[in-house]
Amino acid sequence: MRIAHALRCAAFSVCVLLTACSQSDDRHTLQFWTIGREGEAVQKLLPEFRRAHPEIRVEVQQIPLTAAHEKLLTAYAGGSLPDVTQIGNTWVPEFAALHALEPLDARVAQSRDIDSHDYFPTVWATNRIDGALYGIPWYVDTRLLFYRVDLLREAGFDAPPHDWTEWQAQMDAIRAKSHGKRWGALLPTNEYDQLLALALQEHVPLLRDGGRYGNFQSAEFKRALSFYVGLFKRGDVPAYTNIQVSNPWEEFGRGAFVFYLSGPWNIGEFRKRLPASQQEDWNTAPLPGPDGPGDSVAYGSSLVIPRTSQHKQAAWELIEYLSRPYVQQRFYELLGDLPPRRSAWESTALKNDHELHAFREQLERLAPAPPVPEWEQIVNMMQETAARAIAGQLTIDQAAAQMDAQADAMLAKRRSVLSREEKVRP
Amino acid sequence: MNRSRAAWLFLAPALLVLAVFFLVPVIAGLLLSLTDYDLYALADIHNLRFVGLHNYWELLHRPLFWAALGHTLYFVIAGVPLSIAVSLGAALLLNSPFARARAFFRTALFAPVVTTVVAVAVIWRYLFNPKYGVVNFVLVHLGVHPVDWLGDPHWAMPMIILFAVWKNFGYNMIILLAGLQAIPAELYEAARIDGASVWRQFRHITWPMLTPILLLVCILTVSGYFQLFAEPYVITEGGPLQSTVSVLYLMYDEGFKYWNMGTASAVAFLLFVVMFAATALMWRAGEAREAVA
Repeated sequence: MRIAHALRCAAFSVCVLLTACSQSDDRHTLQFWTIGREGEAVQKLLPEFRRAHPEIRVEVQQIPLTAAHEKLLTAYAGGSLPDVTQIGNTWVPEFAALHALEPLDARVAQSRDIDSHDYFPTVWATNRIDGALYGIPWYVDTRLLFYRVDLLREAGFDAPPHDWTEWQAQMDAIRAKSHGKRWGALLPTNEYDQLLALALQEHVPLLRDGGRYGNFQSAEFKRALSFYVGLFKRGDVPAYTNIQVSNPWEEFGRGAFVFYLSGPWNIGEFRKRLPASQQEDWNTAPLPGPDGPGDSVAYGSSLVIPRTSQHKQAAWELIEYLSRPYVQQRFYELLGDLPPRRSAWESTALKNDHELHAFREQLERLAPAPPVPEWEQIVNMMQETAARAIAGQLTIDQAAAQMDAQADAMLAKRRSVLSREEKVRP
Repeated sequence: MNRSRAAWLFLAPALLVLAVFFLVPVIAGLLLSLTDYDLYALADIHNLRFVGLHNYWELLHRPLFWAALGHTLYFVIAGVPLSIAVSLGAALLLNSPFARARAFFRTALFAPVVTTVVAVAVIWRYLFNPKYGVVNFVLVHLGVHPVDWLGDPHWAMPMIILFAVWKNFGYNMIILLAGLQAIPAELYEAARIDGASVWRQFRHITWPMLTPILLLVCILTVSGYFQLFAEPYVITEGGPLQSTVSVLYLMYDEGFKYWNMGTASAVAFLLFVVMFAATALMWRAGEAREAVA
């Protein structure tokens, strides 16, 4: 009797479970992938969205930053991309080339929440490939100068540099005044962001003919490269990799170098890692350019809807919600990620933060990297070649010629695909 | 007739597993290396082209491939003898009749083998830090000029070799120790009665009795060391100036970072050919030695 009863109970609960499952299938279950820490913060933003859209169930999945690119590609290959996902904006060209993403122009045109003119234009443009919009910027990221106010003053300067000449003069003075004890700046030779930012300031594309060939032998790129390599040759910057300097925050605190070219996450790191007595001693400054304040790299993350999604409308509603200025302000408070919309920067928290002012200014001066799927490979090659020039193995001309030759080889397949596509649609 | 059928029947499960999980992927990899499979082909299969031996041709004209092969050979040629010498030395010490606390030392010397590469590599990065590392601290106290282990392209590979030797010698040590213990004690006793010195005992008893095991250890170590990847990946990221990029590292970059699967498969096959040749050579040498003996 007991067994029969237990069986009946089990059967009943299975029925309940089955109906429950089918019910949740009737509602939209929205798969949302996030990269890194954003996943935790977004959980705190979701309750309000759930109240407004009780019919949509959002399932957030966190993927680790280091594996994100591979995981997204594998998911594409296996046909298992989610309904919405966060994506690095430098990956957008790649996933657009894969035809993996849903174009969003029509939805933006009808949206009341998303106004393209409110976004920093360069960051918005990184999501536009061949005229179609594939992503909505979620947060922005760029590189600029972190510097030691006290040590710069000690070397005789009251303000950070505005252009390359001034910057170099300040670093020369720092070296001389400290009798070689301090370096001017730390620019790890195995990171490409620094040279890329300097090269983008020249406003000459790094690839030519629609991303078919390298353009590293242009006079402008060579000027940026020789300025960059020159900093090491003059002895203003040590030829260290970020492996040799395993703790740049501590070295910055010790005054081993005065300038550090890095991104917004380091505001939090310096606040956390430097003692309270040193918190007044550092600040941020916009990136100096060849003639006056210059551009910097336009990084960031975007929200995209994969083509394969079954719930595109619900996915779009989630993106609209996450793009509202007040939601972005809360997102900043939770995580420190910088909002991509000008109106979101109007909050007092963002306005009163004096280390953020330089970022606000820099965000109006951004330059995008060339939108080709091979870019990651090309930019790594660029840095490896530049490192050889720093080590004295190559001259500037040789380095630029090698970069072009290698970039051309990496772009060979792209050229053949493009020429075939042109034949198909004349 | 019936017996051989029964034998095949018993072998079938193993052969099936081998075919599905080894033979098929290898053939697929070989076919892949003859195409230009990449991101564009993933997007649209019409972008896939059969390119014959073009990937191989291209690789053989790429300085980085030769550099990577050079680094790998350097690692194997310097690392394998050093590693086996250390293993043999440790095994002899453990096997010595004068050894005390044998179980403790056996465990302690084997411990590096079971640690995780990533965790240990982080510690090694600190040990070899040019400014604060304890290794340079000791060097300076000995009056030697400090070495920029992580930044000087000439010193990064020696550091990787030291790391690999330290990490791996325990494994071979256990195998060699088993080999030493299998040598009959009577042989040594007879030698002692004849008045043979310790060195002569080693030269004429230990060494010849151990040769088959040494050959096995050599082959295992060589094929393991050719697959150098994790150590530079974690400690130096291939740098400085790509001086620690190994063949497998190049394959990883091509295949998993940039999705050039065609090229990556070609790299894998070239490495396979090199390893096959090296192992075959060692077998030959071993057999020739036996024939002489």
